[in-house]
Amino acid sequence: MSGLKETPIPASQQASASASLHAAMLELCRVHKRFGGLHAVNDVSFKVAPGSIKAVIGPNGAGKTTLFNLITGNLPVTSGTITFRGQQVQGKKTHQIARLGMARTFQNIKLFHGMSALECVMVGRHVQSRSGFFAGMFALPSTWKEERAIRARAMELLDLLQIADLANAEVTSLAFGQQRAVEMARALAADPALLLLDEPAAGLNIYETAEVARLICMIRDMGITVLLVEHDMSLVMDISDEIVVLSFGSKLAEDTPAKIQKNAEVIKIYLGEDDES
Amino acid sequence: MINRQRLSLAALCLVTVGLHLFTMLTGTEFYLTQLTMAAYYGLVIIGLGVLMGYAGQISIGHAGFFAIGGYLAAALTTSNLAAFQTVWAVRWLSGLGLLATGQDIYGAPLLTVTPWAACVFAVAVAALVALVIGVPVLKLKGHYLAMATLGFGTIIYRIFLASPYFGEADGISEVPGFILLPALGGFGPLVINGDAAHRVLNFYMAWGVLILGMGLLVNLINSRVGRALRSLHSSEEAAEASGVDTARFKLQVFVLSAVYAAVAGVLLTHFNGGIGPSEASVMKSVRYLALVAVGGMTRLWGTLIMGVGLTFLSLRGVFGTYDDAVFGVILIMVMLFAPEGILSLRLKPLFQRLFLGARS
Repeated sequence: MSGLKETPIPASQQASASASLHAAMLELCRVHKRFGGLHAVNDVSFKVAPGSIKAVIGPNGAGKTTLFNLITGNLPVTSGTITFRGQQVQGKKTHQIARLGMARTFQNIKLFHGMSALECVMVGRHVQSRSGFFAGMFALPSTWKEERAIRARAMELLDLLQIADLANAEVTSLAFGQQRAVEMARALAADPALLLLDEPAAGLNIYETAEVARLICMIRDMGITVLLVEHDMSLVMDISDEIVVLSFGSKLAEDTPAKIQKNAEVIKIYLGEDDES
Repeated sequence: MINRQRLSLAALCLVTVGLHLFTMLTGTEFYLTQLTMAAYYGLVIIGLGVLMGYAGQISIGHAGFFAIGGYLAAALTTSNLAAFQTVWAVRWLSGLGLLATGQDIYGAPLLTVTPWAACVFAVAVAALVALVIGVPVLKLKGHYLAMATLGFGTIIYRIFLASPYFGEADGISEVPGFILLPALGGFGPLVINGDAAHRVLNFYMAWGVLILGMGLLVNLINSRVGRALRSLHSSEEAAEASGVDTARFKLQVFVLSAVYAAVAGVLLTHFNGGIGPSEASVMKSVRYLALVAVGGMTRLWGTLIMGVGLTFLSLRGVFGTYDDAVFGVILIMVMLFAPEGILSLRLKPLFQRLFLGARS
């Protein structure tokens, strides 16, 4: 990673005025999500401090992905509040929340088929640009400058993720790890304040996982708050400032990695009940 | 990328002049009439091409928007308001200069809406209808959206077919020419009508409109909005997460393609001097859809070429009374052998497969 350019990314300019430095970047308060009789997310509350890396862990079916979908507005909450940068966002649409400075990656990569890697990342720049239908159709001079800026920023990010040479390759033709990188670049292109990563190391080998760990720390150092869901415990323990443990939709524990590793209840849900002694 | 598109537009201008020269040299200037009509239909097809190919939203009701444009233009420019001259609304319209006076064939006074005013009104109504229909319907996806737009097309067809104001099964005839620009200096008026004397002029106007329409769409698909449309086609979830207001963009492109269809309807109706209910029929919508597919969904140039080309052949009567059947066959063949459009075909391997048995 020696060739990396440490480009500072300004946090999204659309910060709400009420979000002071002391307030949480993201705050969940008694969030519930029910699917019929199933409590997928049950009374979960936690805060994500600005500039930190927070991880959500838990066994399969614990409600991690549902939680992500609630935060991003993909699913409506049943009850409870989600406050992002001082604004309540439950009930808002996904694109509105994205506009407030939230970006994400997906567990099962969702890139745009038929686009080049560069174009995909340029779509990520959507919230930081404004040309509309009319300007686009008439190719107004105002769009030229914006288009150049979008392209330049997208190239910069591909460079940052060391895939600049693949800029013009069709995204579906790329290898898995490269697709992950394009997705990350697309999310970063929004200049987000909060980045949600849904299993960023899934399907990657240990070297690639180490790269991802370094990348996430670098993103944090740029001033972007990171919330991730991950199964790879070594990754989570290495980089997280704090960890939330979910089990059957409820919050089981919330602490620093060192303390989580010693938490008896967490060990129990991961290793099973010790029924020998 | 964008420069290649500009070159293609320039090439299309050359093709236009080339077509005119060809008909002049071969003494087949009567072809220009069908070429003019094909260009207007081409406008519908490229508008639908952006909706379907780029934004990934299907519509089997676009003949409806074409008909709204055409019928309203026809009805407004032929309804005689002379008897209502004293009504305040008519006086008000007249005061705004939106009415034209004339005489019918018996010398009776004729008071009608001017083609410009009728055109603006007709296109605005089509846009409004697209907006009102689009808000609920575009929430649907795939088959459901197809069925809903089919329903819309059927409703519009039956309305025009049933209402006496729109001439029922006869449609509306004797629609006057559309004077785009009055006579200026040494130039005659720029008028859209079917007079043989204006044939060459009309051919250039129609192709000019088509080239302009194409240029605007080419700009659009290479813009930020174009990328957003393509992104929502591929993954609405990821597009939303990137901040793309998918519902709004879908609606906007739906309205845009409806406007293209309505403009084509207005202009072709003035050129033909009338419009009939067959223009609103579902078969027409299916044909537009087939032509977009033949051209290759995501290839706007392919859509343009195949759309105008096949429409021209159809208008010349090359497919005879089997016209609609031919388009059905074309649709099936394209889906089987060239789902990405005819122009994507590599012909040699195809012929090998068809005639020499599978080789590879």
